[in-house]
Amino acid sequence: MTALQAPPRLGITAGEIAQGRRRRTARRRLVVGVLAALIVAAFIVSLCVGQTTYSPREVLGVILGQDIDGASFTVGRLRLPRATLAVIAGLCFGIGGVTFQTMLRNPLASPDIIGISAGASAAAAFAIITLGLGATQVSIFAIIAGLGIALLVYGLSFKGGVVGTRLILIGIGIAAMLDSLTAYVLSKAAQWDLQEASRWLTGSLNGARWSEVVPVAIALAVLAPVLLTQSRNLSTSQLGDDAAAALGVRVERTRIIVIIAAVGLIAFATAAAGPIAFVAFLSGPIAARIVGPGASLLIPSALVGSLLVVTADFLGQYAFNVRYPVGVITGVLGAPYLVYLIVRTNRSGGSL
Amino acid sequence: MTTAHTLNALDLTVGYGDRTVVEGLDLQVPMGGISVIVGANACGKSTLLRAMSRLLAPRGGQVVLDGRAVHQTPAKELARTLGLLPQSPTAPEGITVADLVGRGRHPHQGLFSRWTPADDQAVADALTATETAALADRPVDELSGGQRQRVWIAMALAQQTDILLLDEPTTFLDVSHQLEVLDLLTDLNRSRGTTIVIVLHDLNLAARYADHLIALTDGRVHALGTPAEVLTEDTIRAVFGLDSRVVVDPTSNKPLMLPLGRHHTTTER
Amino acid sequence: MPPSAPPAVAAPATARGLRRLRPLWLVIALAVLGAVAFASVGIGSRDVSLADVIAALGGSTDGFNEAAVAKRIPRTLLAVLAGAALGLSGAVMQGVTRNPLADPGILGVNTGASLAVVTAIATVGLSSATGYIWVAIAGASVTAVFVYVVGSLGRGGATPLKLALAGAATSAALTSLISAVVLPRGDISGSVRSWLIGGVGGGTFSSISQVLPFLAVGLLLSLLSARSLNSLALGDELAAGLGERVAVARGLAAFGAVLLCGAVTAVTGPIGFVGLVVPHACRLLIGVDHRWLLPLSAVLGAILLTSTDVLGRIVARPEEIDVGIITALVGAPFFIYIVRRQKVREL
Ligand SMILES: Nc1ncnc2c1ncn2[C@@H]1O[C@H](COP(=O)(O)OP(=O)(O)OP(=O)(O)O)[C@@H](O)[C@H]1O
Ligand SMILES: [Mg+2]
Repeated sequence: MTALQAPPRLGITAGEIAQGRRRRTARRRLVVGVLAALIVAAFIVSLCVGQTTYSPREVLGVILGQDIDGASFTVGRLRLPRATLAVIAGLCFGIGGVTFQTMLRNPLASPDIIGISAGASAAAAFAIITLGLGATQVSIFAIIAGLGIALLVYGLSFKGGVVGTRLILIGIGIAAMLDSLTAYVLSKAAQWDLQEASRWLTGSLNGARWSEVVPVAIALAVLAPVLLTQSRNLSTSQLGDDAAAALGVRVERTRIIVIIAAVGLIAFATAAAGPIAFVAFLSGPIAARIVGPGASLLIPSALVGSLLVVTADFLGQYAFNVRYPVGVITGVLGAPYLVYLIVRTNRSGGSL
Repeated sequence: MTTAHTLNALDLTVGYGDRTVVEGLDLQVPMGGISVIVGANACGKSTLLRAMSRLLAPRGGQVVLDGRAVHQTPAKELARTLGLLPQSPTAPEGITVADLVGRGRHPHQGLFSRWTPADDQAVADALTATETAALADRPVDELSGGQRQRVWIAMALAQQTDILLLDEPTTFLDVSHQLEVLDLLTDLNRSRGTTIVIVLHDLNLAARYADHLIALTDGRVHALGTPAEVLTEDTIRAVFGLDSRVVVDPTSNKPLMLPLGRHHTTTER
Repeated sequence: MPPSAPPAVAAPATARGLRRLRPLWLVIALAVLGAVAFASVGIGSRDVSLADVIAALGGSTDGFNEAAVAKRIPRTLLAVLAGAALGLSGAVMQGVTRNPLADPGILGVNTGASLAVVTAIATVGLSSATGYIWVAIAGASVTAVFVYVVGSLGRGGATPLKLALAGAATSAALTSLISAVVLPRGDISGSVRSWLIGGVGGGTFSSISQVLPFLAVGLLLSLLSARSLNSLALGDELAAGLGERVAVARGLAAFGAVLLCGAVTAVTGPIGFVGLVVPHACRLLIGVDHRWLLPLSAVLGAILLTSTDVLGRIVARPEEIDVGIITALVGAPFFIYIVRRQKVREL
């Protein structure tokens, strides 16, 4: 209780304001730095450790193009593309998810709940299983489907303006429909293989190849900067459309740019790795807890997503006597946090 | 200097979907003073404010700020001259007061530009003016309704515009907090010369604080003038469909409206 | 300016008209159900004549055609029962939660039942049909309670948005858990397929007879709670004021609904959207009185599921598409229509 101390302050100086802001910026920088370091560490561990363990020096040798017995194949052909895809897909899911959550002002409105991941996944499963297409075409297929679904959900929720609640509900309906389409495509596969099926149901990095990694990497390099330029507009939009517009944000334009970029990232990542469960959904709220309120969450959330995927994939491969695909691990680990999040959000009725 | 600006609506028509709310409205917003807009629910007060601050594109006519149509003015440029505090803004969860007020600096910042000392100064001034400095590090969610409203006004102040439009800034506030907010806006007008346009529902408070009173009916300006000119029994009947008596308020010499219901009156009608 | 005049008082007249037509609608619906069931027995990948169908219905299994038809009889019976149970269960859930989007699929109750069964198969080697049903009902009940509690926390109680989000999120989490349980067990993954896509193709007389007692109890509980649901529709306070024991009434009705959908899911796998679509259609036809709404929802549910099953056999000839897929394709647009019709404030 401080009621009896110091009389209420009537003024505040610019210096004090700047100080508070610097404190928060410093925290955010620290978080970003630590997360990046952890990702690098996890990446190196997942290259070195496995059925056979190689020293970091051998791994570095392989990366630099030396020919090392055994390691060249295991690390160069198996582990390296897999770990790279884990890092990149995690970044995509993390940044794409938090973008939607911020824009719709609801942590539950992530692409995996409102049907965008489901659309990309159904399209990818269809392209691979039914049409037998290759990686690049699958990516194109998935992004067209993802954008189509995003437009469809947006269009269907338009009724004298788009309202977040309506959009989320319509997304849930569409997602339910798409999930059953995926199930249908899977059931028509020549052979019912649950390992393969689980890629399109929960996401998996099994058998990742460079040909799958490259499209995602390009998408990230092109689209993530686009999102970052919109970061300030996005956080101003959180004040509500009217207030944001009054502050000079072009709300509709921001929304369209952001949707296209975020859907693109999600769809490319999904085409390569499946809809890795809950990563898009969880990264933002986790990042928000670590960074504290008020700061832009795009980069921290991308890093959290990446760390989640790399770690979960490593756990899934080696921590149990069965090899679990990454999506099962993130799904099972994410479930309790998800429940906690729903409960907390419903209590406060608030956003991220 | 704020009186150097002009803000006019010319034959303005605005609506939603296939519904026209404001039609052929002409209004010359008086500069340098406090104007209060009054009118029945759904007569188009919020719609007018939104059209004036470029949120709604006009169907016909235009809104002109300093000789330039606001819809041809880039959004950020306009937001450096003209601010709007909408009826129900939302605060992101967990955001602190200082951060929220800092969001008001948006129109003054470029794509990648960093915070400048001027930004910090503006935030500090806004917090000081609204007496919310002591709250700077508190989360907005934890504030009382009155405190929160002052924080939102602080955000609008941090925007440092010469013209400020506020849509019902006193709703949800008790009498003393209503007066507090209106006093704050009056201070702002007197000390900085900011032109202030407020939508209010309480006619007596409107009469007390307004330099100019604007009465709207059905999306048109019914009357514009000093409170004494506008707040008459005839205007109140025309605008609100309400019988009333108007007397002189002994504390402020402004008109005071006493509504007459069907019961409890001793005067002859 | 005076507020706009209240809308013209036409409502009572329409309501009276609806009321008079209620028995008629029920009769029509039953007749349609008869026709659809007959078609379901007659239509399939093998073309059969009317005479074959009649002979098979009479119990003969002599010819190829008659044998094929005889196999379709339990399938049709299962479709009718499952559809009726799902339609009824949806109507009760919508009444109990006072929520237009309540549906066993949307609320994740089906997934809960699936997870429970899959876990039981994988861990204790569950294989008896009755065992499936008990486990499925347990899983469905736990999930239903969980989703409802989570969805009704906070301001405004169980709003459609909160309930649907809680359901969707829970069901996503449960789907991951299903994969986690099944993946290590390559040996059972084949039998798990049916827990991901619902269908009535596997219906046999023995499985139907196992599930029948559960359906009967669920049906009874649901129909008996019609009156309570009518009072609950006015809000908890008012219902209590009318002498309703709110918690008990709600618990009994909800248990009936969960019994119905849990038991059906045990036999068919998850089938979504029937419970969502049907009660809305019925409300359009006969209004909101649960004493009529519940029976009509059962009949319409049976019609919907049976005709969907027939459709799945026709469009993909000579293959079949499971009903669970078609109901989702038909139901999702309807769901969206309901969402669009609601006022935003009510979401
Ligand atoms: N976003 C919108 N979409 C469609 N119609 C709208 C929208 N906003 C307002 N309207 C309608 O426009 C009319 C005028 O609304 P407006 O908000 O301008 O009224 P107001 O004078 O501010 O009323 P109040 O005193 O209740 O705030 C009303 O009939 C309202 O229903
Ligand atoms: Mg208004």
